[in-house]
Amino acid sequence: MNWGVKWEKFISTMEGEYFRELLLTGFLNTIKVAVLGLIIGIVIGTVIAVIKVAPKYSRINRVLDKICTVYVAIFRGTPMVVQLLLAYYVLLPMLGIKEVESIVVGIVVFGMNSGSYVSEIMRGGLNSVDKGQMEAGRALGLSYGTTMIKVVIPQAVKNILPTLGNEFITLIKETSVLSFITVYDLYTALSTIGSKNYEKMVPYLVMAAIYIVLVLLITLLVKLLENIFAKSDRARTNPKAKRA
Amino acid sequence: MNENNIILKVEGLKKSFGDGNDVLKGINLTVKQGEKVVILGASGSGKSTLLRCLNCMEDPTGGSIYFNGEDIADMKTDINKHREHIGMVFQQFNLFNNKTVLENIMMAPVHIGVTKYRKRAVKNFFIKLTNVFKKNKSELIPIEKTVKEIKAEAEERAYALLRRIGLEEKAEVYPSTLSGGQKQRIAIVRALAMNPDVMLFDEPTSALDPEMVGEVLDLIKTLADEGMTMVVVTHEMGFAREVADRIIFVDEGVIKEEGTPAEIFDNPKDARLKDFLSKVL
Ligand SMILES: Nc1ncnc2c1ncn2[C@@H]1O[C@H](COP(=O)(O)OP(=O)(O)O)[C@@H](O)[C@H]1O
Ligand SMILES: [Mg+2]
Repeated sequence: MNWGVKWEKFISTMEGEYFRELLLTGFLNTIKVAVLGLIIGIVIGTVIAVIKVAPKYSRINRVLDKICTVYVAIFRGTPMVVQLLLAYYVLLPMLGIKEVESIVVGIVVFGMNSGSYVSEIMRGGLNSVDKGQMEAGRALGLSYGTTMIKVVIPQAVKNILPTLGNEFITLIKETSVLSFITVYDLYTALSTIGSKNYEKMVPYLVMAAIYIVLVLLITLLVKLLENIFAKSDRARTNPKAKRA
Repeated sequence: MNENNIILKVEGLKKSFGDGNDVLKGINLTVKQGEKVVILGASGSGKSTLLRCLNCMEDPTGGSIYFNGEDIADMKTDINKHREHIGMVFQQFNLFNNKTVLENIMMAPVHIGVTKYRKRAVKNFFIKLTNVFKKNKSELIPIEKTVKEIKAEAEERAYALLRRIGLEEKAEVYPSTLSGGQKQRIAIVRALAMNPDVMLFDEPTSALDPEMVGEVLDLIKTLADEGMTMVVVTHEMGFAREVADRIIFVDEGVIKEEGTPAEIFDNPKDARLKDFLSKVL
């Protein structure tokens, strides 16, 4: 195998403005879908988790709880590809929607899918917060929702940051299935570049390298966030601050 | 205040945690303004449950609880509105871990103050809107304080409370850096920041190291001397004797005996109370 030649071919392809832009578009689309998907996922997941842990006194709460159970079962019970295909090739035509970019469908499906996973992560996080925190808020006259938002959820998020980081990594990696609905993601871009000279080895290795770098960056970001959040228990993380 | 300054009036209070688990079986209790009531009873006798029913942290399954004349046991009552005026102190302190000491104290007064301000502002907006079409203009709801003033006032009060317990320099730290005694004293002033009509204490010193019990009891005693109405569950018999106007002995879901500290400690009548006292004194 002559890596020198393969590398040369790759470089010569990348000298074309068109292919450089292709790679950049693919890279940005991958990031866009993963980041926006995660944000939507966190919002949906938090709402579901709060519904799941809320007391079930009222009829509405019980109905909402059932809806969430079904939602989670559907989105966790089918592969992401299937969800993308159904949304893009079945649901959209059925609803008669034509004027929608495929990447928007990707973002929404990624968000809804991620929401089902984040809901379970978040539920664990909410349950990990001491019940006394909610009681203290309620005893002061704050509502369930206010105490949730101001006291319980921030502590839950802190506890689940590493797991949320994993979810983000999963999303980044799963963007490779976006090609199924014609979105130009990282995989599609490098695959196209590889087709140019029928030389796919280097492009695929580059693809792997980009994914790894992205994942490492996310890992770093999570560590940073953990340190920021850890300010509320300095005593435990920094022995010197014990008698502050 | 109403009817001879009665703050809390409990009538036939029952609490059951599911079938056959009847913890309270009909409690009658009246707390007058300025009165200090201490609840005694063996472990598991329902003292916490009784106390927690007083601000409906546990919803009673029977009976009524009149707070400032309104039945808060009624599920239709807006309980949050009443809880603003009932301070509660927990055995485990329950300071908000994600908030600094200052934020812990300021959070409820600011949030509740700002929420009220917003509600009024929205109402005024609609009054102004409808006034455009009216000959006789409706009056606007008076708004005494701006959001800024609400916050500034809460902060000033929080600092005053911290000064009072000598922990002003802890304003910016997080609870995890404090000792148990400091945490509990801050939990107490956090409740005081709402200007409550009555304070409920559930074994406030039971989770403390022995050397910190004193500082917390001293603070509670000072509040008592200042005339704060309080209901206290405690195992500190010295404190009960010194501070209580009235002691209540809870056993088997009812109040078995009730009286002044002298009556309860020096001349107990109920056999279970005698037995209880022989174990704790
Ligand atoms: N949330 C609950 N669910 C079921 N049982 C409970 C609950 N809270 C308290 N109990 C029961 O009620 C009884 C009284 O408890 P508690 O009021 O905490 O007693 P005390 O404070 O006097 O030690 C105990 O038998 C306890 O197991
Ligand atoms: Mg108890």
